[in-house]
Amino acid sequence: MAFTLLKELKHLTEIKEVKTFKHGIHPNDYKHYTKDLPIERMPFVDEYVLPLSQHAGAPSKPIVKPGDYVYRGQLIAEPAAFVSAALHAPVTGWVKAIEPREHPGGKISEAIVIERDPHSPQTLLNEHPIDWENLRPKEILEIIRLGGFVGLGGAAFPTHVKYAVPEGKHAKYFFVNAAECEPFLTTDYRIMLERYDSIFLGIRIILKLLGSEKAFIGTETNKWDAIELLRSLKPDDIPVEIIPLETKYPQGAEKMLIEAVVHREVPSGRLPIDVEVVVNNVGTVAAIGDIFQYNQPLIERVVTVTGPGIRRPANLLVPIGTPLTAIIEYCGGMTDNVRQVLFGGPMMGIPQRTLDVPILKGTSGVLFLTDYEVVPRQEYPCVHCMKCVDACPMYLNPSLLGMLARVRRYEDMLEHHVMDCIECGSCSYVCPSNIPLVQRFRVAKTLLREQMARERAKEKKA
Amino acid sequence: MKRQKPRLLLTTSPFIKSREDTAFMMWQVNYALLPVVLASIYFFGISAILIMLVSIIGVVVPEWMYSKRKGTPVNTVRDGSALVTALLFALTLPPGIPLWMAFVGALVAVLLGKLIFGGLGYNPFNPALVGRAFLQAAFPVAMTTWSPYGNLSNFFEIRGANFAIPFLKAKVDAVTMATPLAQLKFDHQLTRLSDLLLGSTAGSLGETPAILILLAGVYLALRKVINWRIPVGIFLSVYLTALVLHWLHPERVPDPVFHLFAGGLMLGAVFMATDPVTSPITQRGVWIFSAGIGFLVVIIRVYGGLPEGVMYAILLMNALTPLINQVAQPPIYGMRRKEAREKKRNAS
Repeated sequence: MAFTLLKELKHLTEIKEVKTFKHGIHPNDYKHYTKDLPIERMPFVDEYVLPLSQHAGAPSKPIVKPGDYVYRGQLIAEPAAFVSAALHAPVTGWVKAIEPREHPGGKISEAIVIERDPHSPQTLLNEHPIDWENLRPKEILEIIRLGGFVGLGGAAFPTHVKYAVPEGKHAKYFFVNAAECEPFLTTDYRIMLERYDSIFLGIRIILKLLGSEKAFIGTETNKWDAIELLRSLKPDDIPVEIIPLETKYPQGAEKMLIEAVVHREVPSGRLPIDVEVVVNNVGTVAAIGDIFQYNQPLIERVVTVTGPGIRRPANLLVPIGTPLTAIIEYCGGMTDNVRQVLFGGPMMGIPQRTLDVPILKGTSGVLFLTDYEVVPRQEYPCVHCMKCVDACPMYLNPSLLGMLARVRRYEDMLEHHVMDCIECGSCSYVCPSNIPLVQRFRVAKTLLREQMARERAKEKKA
Repeated sequence: MKRQKPRLLLTTSPFIKSREDTAFMMWQVNYALLPVVLASIYFFGISAILIMLVSIIGVVVPEWMYSKRKGTPVNTVRDGSALVTALLFALTLPPGIPLWMAFVGALVAVLLGKLIFGGLGYNPFNPALVGRAFLQAAFPVAMTTWSPYGNLSNFFEIRGANFAIPFLKAKVDAVTMATPLAQLKFDHQLTRLSDLLLGSTAGSLGETPAILILLAGVYLALRKVINWRIPVGIFLSVYLTALVLHWLHPERVPDPVFHLFAGGLMLGAVFMATDPVTSPITQRGVWIFSAGIGFLVVIIRVYGGLPEGVMYAILLMNALTPLINQVAQPPIYGMRRKEAREKKRNAS
């Protein structure tokens, strides 16, 4: 009690500059597992698996055949549509096959399998800095598009799509999202401490590309040393401000970040660009800095391997496509009581049914939970305690939606804005009755989306 | 290499959860009630213990049978919610009430107040108050006969007619004493504030030590088990309403502070109005709810036939809760600013 009061007091002294959104939850952050471990490069392994669909949008189109020799950083699949991403070979070696493989999303999907050439020095294909200062924005955008960049925070939305600002709209502010509100994950934190030069270069380039007035780096106060470091190293010639945010989940959700810093609300069903904002994960920004420094496309990323179920937690720099089994082996193996393996954090991560899956571009962490964390809980009737209502950052009424979902009145849920749910899981986290609220909303949203698509198709026919 | 093959559990996110569940909240309320219960035993001795025991039996047994019968793993006995109802019901009773009446009231509270609607979470009214309202209607004399408060020296003295035989007129000439509100209403006598605070007045079992209830409320609010806005809203509303009426007719309405500490207001505001099941679900709604309770309490006390109005005020606002929930839903994210709402209106 006294401890929380002290924390609260300390918080009050900082509160003047600390920003946040309304509502949200305060889970334990569990970052101590990997917070102080520097990023380490994992040695190359023999095989890499690159699913063609590891981003939002259309799967990439392969431009290599089995048997081809490819170099590290070489384009192996093109974006198949506007909302799609390029794919590059993460190692030098042979294309072993293009075949269906286990995908971390839970299904089996087409993937390019690359066998490493054990004799290759694994240098980058054509490593050189790009003279971006003399490039026009359009050319910069094309480099980013062919660099295969997607949001590295987890959603893996193709980055060039965000930068292709539609006619008549303007990105006044550029946000670097380093909130990292998911418990356990320390990827963004380590990147800020160790790769600040790439971050600032990335910001410089993106500011030029978007023509934005100002850039913000938003990060939670549990990463205070990163805030201080970035503030001391910040170059004076670019308009960038480091914003401390309250350590509160889901502070890293795009809409909440925008609300906290510039007090604007993205209208229902619209994008941040509608309020003159573009948001990118800090890892993405650093990777964009890297392509202009070394001509290195998105072929590797930092992954937090953490949780009580792994023997040696670590912040690893791994090539995209590294098999999970290799990472587990490198990190000393799992403990015997592992019950759940997640890609991403504990609030919005994706559970794995098998260990035969590769790391994707959007995999921010691998979390190993044991019997102790994974406790089945008895669902109680809703007691209307309003904890969920007070937690929902979108100001929905999860209690009411939960009751409607329980009796499958999905159309009534539509009236109560279920489609605006960002699926952050805050309601399920706080519910004292253990009602799987967000889980039911997801089902409702999927069914409603299907139904709406069917109706649209019918209208088209008629 | 032999590959480890753990049995992996597939569920959907989130995978971590707050450990504060319903049982935790209910037991917290029980712990917070403990000092009030002890104070009540101090003032009313063995009678308080007997009434509470009878209430617990009357509430817990039907709840236990219901859980068994329904076959749900939800056990409202183990999670403490039945005990909360039982204790709160007992604390609203006068110390001299015949035990059989207390038992009947407890049965009504749990059967008609709660289980008939489907048990925990589904009852529209506070079950403890439903039981008390029934007794008030059925046995008005017993419910308004107040024994004087005592202390540890007369611990074993049975107050009033605890052992009266059912349906026979109890022949007791026990000493009675008026509650501060009754004294005010019928004798125009004002009780001292210090007596109200320390509980040295006549009244229901739990109507007495205002300061203890207040402390319990502070504890529960800090633990976030109850919503602090409800008691605070009620106190503000009572104070303001009483202030206005005091200004209108100073001879009938005393200083507003008296209304805050007299009668069952403390117990009602801290433990009963805050029942999550029967109070609104949005913060705006909670303000409306508590303002309504405070207003009604003072109106009933001043203009009503009864000296006390907390029970009816809470029950009436319980009835309004579904309506309040409908009107007090705040606009969702993206709609909170005026321009956004107007745009939407123009579009549709």
